[in-house]
Amino acid sequence: MRTDLIIVGTAFGYLALLFVVAAWGDRRAEQGRSLIGSPTVYALSIAVYCTAWTFYGSVGRAAEHGPSFLLIYLGPTLAMLLAPSVIRKMVRIAARQRITSIADFISARYGKNTTLGALVALMALISITPYIALQLKAITVSHAVLINYPHTADTTLVDERFWMDKSLWVALVLAVFIILFGTRHLDASERHEGMVAAIALESLVKLVAFMAVGIFVVFVMFEGPAALFAEVAATPALVNSMSLDSVPGGATGWVGMLALAFLAFLTLPRQFQVLVVENVDEQHLTRASWLFPLYMLLINLFVIPIALAGLLLGVSAGDPDSFVLTLPLSAGLEGLPLLVFIGGLSAATGMVIVETIALSTMVSNQLVMPLLLRSKRLHLSTKGELAGWLLGIRRIAIVLILLLGYLYHALIGDSYSLVTIGLVSFAGAAQFAPALLIGLYWRGATRQGATLGLIAGFLVWCYTLLLPGFAQSGWLSATLLTEGPWGIAWLIPYSLFGLENWDIYSHSLLWSMLANVGLLVGVSLFTRPSPLEQTQAALFTEAMHPNLQTTSLWRGQTTQGALKELLVRYLGEQTTQRVFRHSGNKLLFAPDDTAPPELITRAEQALAGALGSASARVLINSVVRGEALDIESVLSILDTTSQTIEYNRRLEQKSQELAQIGEELRSANERLRELDRLKDEFVAMVSHELRTPLTSIRAFAEILRDSDQLPDEKRKHFLGVIVHESQRLSRLIEEILDLARLESGRLTLNPEPLDLAALARHSINAIAHLHEEHGIALDVAIEADPAMVIGDHDRLEQVIINLLDNAGKFADRQQPKVRLALYHHRRHFRLSVEDNGPGIGIEERERVFEKFHQIQQDGELPKGRPKGSGLGLPISRGIIAHLGGRLWVEDAKQLGGACLTLELPTAPVND
Amino acid sequence: MKPTGAHSRKVERLIALVAVTLLLFCPPLIIVVDRLPSFNVGWLPLYLFIAWAVVIGLTAWLMEHRAGR
Repeated sequence: MRTDLIIVGTAFGYLALLFVVAAWGDRRAEQGRSLIGSPTVYALSIAVYCTAWTFYGSVGRAAEHGPSFLLIYLGPTLAMLLAPSVIRKMVRIAARQRITSIADFISARYGKNTTLGALVALMALISITPYIALQLKAITVSHAVLINYPHTADTTLVDERFWMDKSLWVALVLAVFIILFGTRHLDASERHEGMVAAIALESLVKLVAFMAVGIFVVFVMFEGPAALFAEVAATPALVNSMSLDSVPGGATGWVGMLALAFLAFLTLPRQFQVLVVENVDEQHLTRASWLFPLYMLLINLFVIPIALAGLLLGVSAGDPDSFVLTLPLSAGLEGLPLLVFIGGLSAATGMVIVETIALSTMVSNQLVMPLLLRSKRLHLSTKGELAGWLLGIRRIAIVLILLLGYLYHALIGDSYSLVTIGLVSFAGAAQFAPALLIGLYWRGATRQGATLGLIAGFLVWCYTLLLPGFAQSGWLSATLLTEGPWGIAWLIPYSLFGLENWDIYSHSLLWSMLANVGLLVGVSLFTRPSPLEQTQAALFTEAMHPNLQTTSLWRGQTTQGALKELLVRYLGEQTTQRVFRHSGNKLLFAPDDTAPPELITRAEQALAGALGSASARVLINSVVRGEALDIESVLSILDTTSQTIEYNRRLEQKSQELAQIGEELRSANERLRELDRLKDEFVAMVSHELRTPLTSIRAFAEILRDSDQLPDEKRKHFLGVIVHESQRLSRLIEEILDLARLESGRLTLNPEPLDLAALARHSINAIAHLHEEHGIALDVAIEADPAMVIGDHDRLEQVIINLLDNAGKFADRQQPKVRLALYHHRRHFRLSVEDNGPGIGIEERERVFEKFHQIQQDGELPKGRPKGSGLGLPISRGIIAHLGGRLWVEDAKQLGGACLTLELPTAPVND
Repeated sequence: MKPTGAHSRKVERLIALVAVTLLLFCPPLIIVVDRLPSFNVGWLPLYLFIAWAVVIGLTAWLMEHRAGR
């Protein structure tokens, strides 16, 4: 069953599936329905961190060194915690400056320096190629284990021709895959949608495969974790296998490994690729910051049980690095080992794909392009498109890198176990961390400092990890490790300056970081950065500044024609048109016109995406006269904007307060105006009302004074009028005083329990004489008798008389009728006075209670009926309100005219 | 005004979480756990996984809790 044909068929079938998925992903991206625009896919693509080294090597490391394998994943957990600040900043800078790789990032930070970029690319190439080799080796070894079990896997290639090695063929297939899906766009800062989709799928496959083995081992081979651990506890040799003692270097080694994993996670080229370059949305970091650690937790959950189980089974399980495969094989299974093999294959290929893309971009943009640009012949003579060239360079780089990895694996790959090569690479990549992280937060870090720091750190790394590796492989004399070079003991690579008992990685990290950080900081303090460097430093350290994005950074001058020619030469017609089309809807292309700054900026970004920022700057400088924005301008933008933001915030707060106060003032003013208007009206009314009787008194008094011959009768009549008008005048004044007292609250009432029915009768008697005079028919309906209320006797009587008097005035002229009713309504007594007059319109019903308001009537009032002052109803309402009641107008139910109703609460019974 | 307050609170909590994570994963506490009276293969692996899970849970809560608003 486990024939080579099936295994190879499955493996290449799986690779074919990757092609299909990637092609599908790219198709969907072209249709604008991205497969990968979700934080979950983003988190899964970050899981490319878990390589074949995790898949096979973690178990090996756990078996050998206890829980120290977990540090490789706890470090990234810590780094992902910082994702919302550190990685977000990197993502934002990379998006704004169209960064294509970590070499490009570091080069851009230190003034778009070509040398620095090339240095980083070279260092990455040296330190990462072994890591690619490691993946290929894992494929070869796992294949051999699968074929040869139960015999030991003979992994040497001595007795095999190189074309028999499956990993060579896998490498070639991967080369095709990467060329197809990794170099689709010239712009390397654009996402590789299909590739990321395939990587995310691979992450799922390896997780499922590993957990399947774990569950099989724990729950089928042993009866659950309790049984497994009980068996381990009974084996004295294994009891201490998971304690701190088995961790190399003890507590120091622990911290060193944690720091190493933390730094490497941020600086490994493939992690930079998926974390930063392939990120489409900063928001995805939020979800990934916990989802990716969760992924790592799950894939590591069964590492210790598998390692312990393998150790328990002893010899039959073989090499610890292969426990994942050999345990299910030893149980006689056929399908599960195949799944495990595919899981390991997916872990290896995922890493190789992303790492190769990252490295090939670096090689083409940071190593080859600057050389090509320097070659004058090419730069000046090539009229055609360099775009094709660029992609060609990148494709050749891909093939070469994979071949280099394969050669490394085939020639010297046997000297280390899997984990060892991985950690050597980690320590190499970690050398980028000081230049990257310090440069991200310290504006003062300079190019010279970064360059010297990188070189020193890298040399120390070579000496303390790489050379000893060669020595162990037998390429160098083994005495180097025991006696030191030329017998100098304090230069022994694994215990430099006599620092012994450290594990080799912490030891190397300590010395290399000391040299790296020390030189970076020390040299930076004593060197002056160039203007462009200062600008870039400010743009990097202040990347999260809110207003930076909108600023255009070019002040130089060039024509649109020159710019277009440059872009066409390097990027092709199509991309150039996109850059120009995007630049302005209003802008028409005119070759001799000056190119606006934002167009220059966009052109530089487009070039940077394809060629790297250093080359892009060189090219733009070749056509643009003048400089990019200098540091002073950038700083002033930053400072003024931050100050302006603060001022604006305060100003906004103040103006809000002011607006609120203004609103209050405005309404107060309106009320005052209204009161003033009312006062004026009142004064005018009062003077008018007072003048009428005064005029007639004065007129009659003058007649009496001037004409002595008046007959007695007439004289008496005149005097009667004078008396009557004086009474009216005094009544009016009395009413005005009442009103004034009411309004100022100085009206004194003497509330006492009284019978409203008796009071009504009393009032009717008082006015009966007047009604008889005018022939008014009064109908009285007192239903509540007695009707005890609390009130002021005189004032209430005044109100009732006023109501009856009013009703008489407005009743029908021919047959005037008035009706007074007193009845109980819930907890109140109501006294209503109706007439059979024209009634009061709905809109007038509240206005009759305004001072001096007179209802406009069609005709004159019936003769002989006194006209009211217009103060009676306002006063009545005031009095009733003071007594806790209400007075209002409604339709007369019985007589059809107006009905004025007053309502007073019933007096408490016990009083 | 409100979002700023909420944001700064989130940053403070994140910093605290980083500090707690460092404390949980680094030697003084690791040594203490390692020296606990032994059971089976020792407490260290179990402790590491539980601490790890707690950190992931706290991060998830911190991130999604605010992001959901």
